[in-house]
Amino acid sequence: MAGGAPARAALRLRLARFRSWSALQLEIPAGASVALTGPNGAGKTNLLEALSLLAPGRGLRGASPEEFARRPERAGWAVEVLWRAPEIEADSAELRVGADSEGRRVARLDGREVGRSALGAPARLVWLTPALDRLFLESPGDRRRFWDRLTLAFVPEHGERALAYERAMRERNRLLEEASPDSRWLGALEEEMARAGTALSLARVETLRRLSAAAEEASEDFPAARLSLTGLPEEALAEGFAPEEAEAAFRRRLAEGRPRDAAARRALIGPHRMDLEAVYAAKETPAALCSTGEQKALLVGMILAHARALAEFDDAPPVLLLDEISAHFDAGRRAALFQALADLGAQVWMTGAEARLFESAPPETLRLTVRETLEGSVLEGA
Amino acid sequence: MDSSRRPNSGPNAASPMGPELARLIELLARLPGLGPRSARRAALHLAKRREALLAPLAEAMALAAEKIRPCSICGHIDTAEICSICADPQRDDGALCVVEDSADLWAIERMGAFQGRYHVLGGCLSALDGVGPEELRIPQLLARAAEAKPREVVLALNATVDGRATAHYLAEAFADLGIRTSVLAQGVPMGGELEHLDEGTIAAAFMARRGL
Ligand SMILES: Nc1ncnc2c1ncn2[C@@H]1O[C@H](COP(=O)(O)OP(=O)(O)OP(=O)(O)O)[C@@H](O)[C@H]1O
Ligand SMILES: [Mg+2]
Ligand SMILES: [Zn+2]
Repeated sequence: MAGGAPARAALRLRLARFRSWSALQLEIPAGASVALTGPNGAGKTNLLEALSLLAPGRGLRGASPEEFARRPERAGWAVEVLWRAPEIEADSAELRVGADSEGRRVARLDGREVGRSALGAPARLVWLTPALDRLFLESPGDRRRFWDRLTLAFVPEHGERALAYERAMRERNRLLEEASPDSRWLGALEEEMARAGTALSLARVETLRRLSAAAEEASEDFPAARLSLTGLPEEALAEGFAPEEAEAAFRRRLAEGRPRDAAARRALIGPHRMDLEAVYAAKETPAALCSTGEQKALLVGMILAHARALAEFDDAPPVLLLDEISAHFDAGRRAALFQALADLGAQVWMTGAEARLFESAPPETLRLTVRETLEGSVLEGA
Repeated sequence: MDSSRRPNSGPNAASPMGPELARLIELLARLPGLGPRSARRAALHLAKRREALLAPLAEAMALAAEKIRPCSICGHIDTAEICSICADPQRDDGALCVVEDSADLWAIERMGAFQGRYHVLGGCLSALDGVGPEELRIPQLLARAAEAKPREVVLALNATVDGRATAHYLAEAFADLGIRTSVLAQGVPMGGELEHLDEGTIAAAFMARRGL
């Protein structure tokens, strides 16, 4: 892939009344990568967020849709991208997401109205934002959500399974509140928890396998994390137990754990308690004890491995949105990052406060400055 | 603050319709799939066709209200003490199909590939909604099966979490009675409710049922 133009890329971007942007039209020659610099509040992250809305979900800020319409007008908004992807027969197509002035969301593919999920297959996007910088220091729940997001890219039914598992678990919790719960009914719910939960865990463990394989393939010297998933049934599955065995063991443990779970008023084991452990392999140090820059490097390493695994899975790398990517990095690590990105052969959209952060980026990178004006954000230096 | 003083709003405002029509609309709006807007449209439609539609409908409803009852054997909604399926001597007593409600029974009957008897639970187990075995027709089902000893019980429940948990529950209970159970095959999508599936899908799932 390296060298040639990326097989998946935004070729032209148009924004209308989206957050701080009242209007933008940008051509990206041959799908080059883009580096956006400019002062705080200029509108850099907003531009990346606009692209992230082509993928299913709430975008890279996890924002609610009412926030997107530019203030004070609050009229309709639109993000329109000429997008190249192997899934598109005619090589490229116009992907559009937006809302009218009543806030009704519309997605279009080459002008035709489509369900938003129809854009998801071509618009494979992977992002990293500063909100994830504290991932290793925050609660297991944040790491679980992060890992599930990575997994969802490979297994579209992952989200639905998580809902099914949670529903069965809440049913069981409620039943356990009763003085003498019906044990056959508990058994039925535990069977459902074990079934959905093992499928969840299996998909998460498979993501781990994909990322580890992708990390091994990497030739560059960007630091890799040694990852593991803790919890049941993830550990059993990672140790190589067959899914049926792991499911049966999980079910048995749930049945044995009824008195303990009833006292705790929640299930103490299960995929809802999974955690992601990362060790900085070169130093044998747990991620939470690493320096700020090292933690960021581990995160970037994971995102790169995910992108590489997706490239394998889809036959073309995803487009990467890397917000404030190099702020915590020294010059050596920045150079390693740009080399790793070049090896991946993906289109990358990066932001940073200062242009010097991108000095060692490939020469064909489109370097742009974002400024805030009375009419909203504007681009300079194309 | 006193809303009754505001013109044309609140309880003192003149209503554009009499209480009989307002009541009809209010009741129609409680039907599944109808909101206040479509209820108003339906009421107007009925009012315009008083002789041809409204009066016969009222009569049919009054009669139905008088006659409709759950079948005392299977729980299916019908107009006799014993429903037409339970009363049919041609049906196979050796096969029993358990469904959540009458709409599912109708869906299976439409495809016409099942010749046995039915049992309508009236929902599925849900601790969160306060629905336990006693709230459903589960005790009656087990008593009925213990006596009739069918060769096979088909658990044709919805592919929701609660539907599947109910199926697991019943499979265990029937195993204790020494009765074989099967569930509809994959193909009923996750979260899928039988009554919304097309006949082909139900038929395929039915043919390929498997032991739980
Ligand atoms: N709906 C909206 N309408 C108008 N302006 C908005 C809207 N939503 C956000 N903004 C403004 O957009 C501005 C730019 O935000 P953005 O996060 O893109 O800046 P940035 O260039 O990434 O800055 P930093 O370097 O601090 O990360 C903010 O000042 C914010 O107030
Ligand atoms: Mg920003
Ligand atoms: Zn009957």
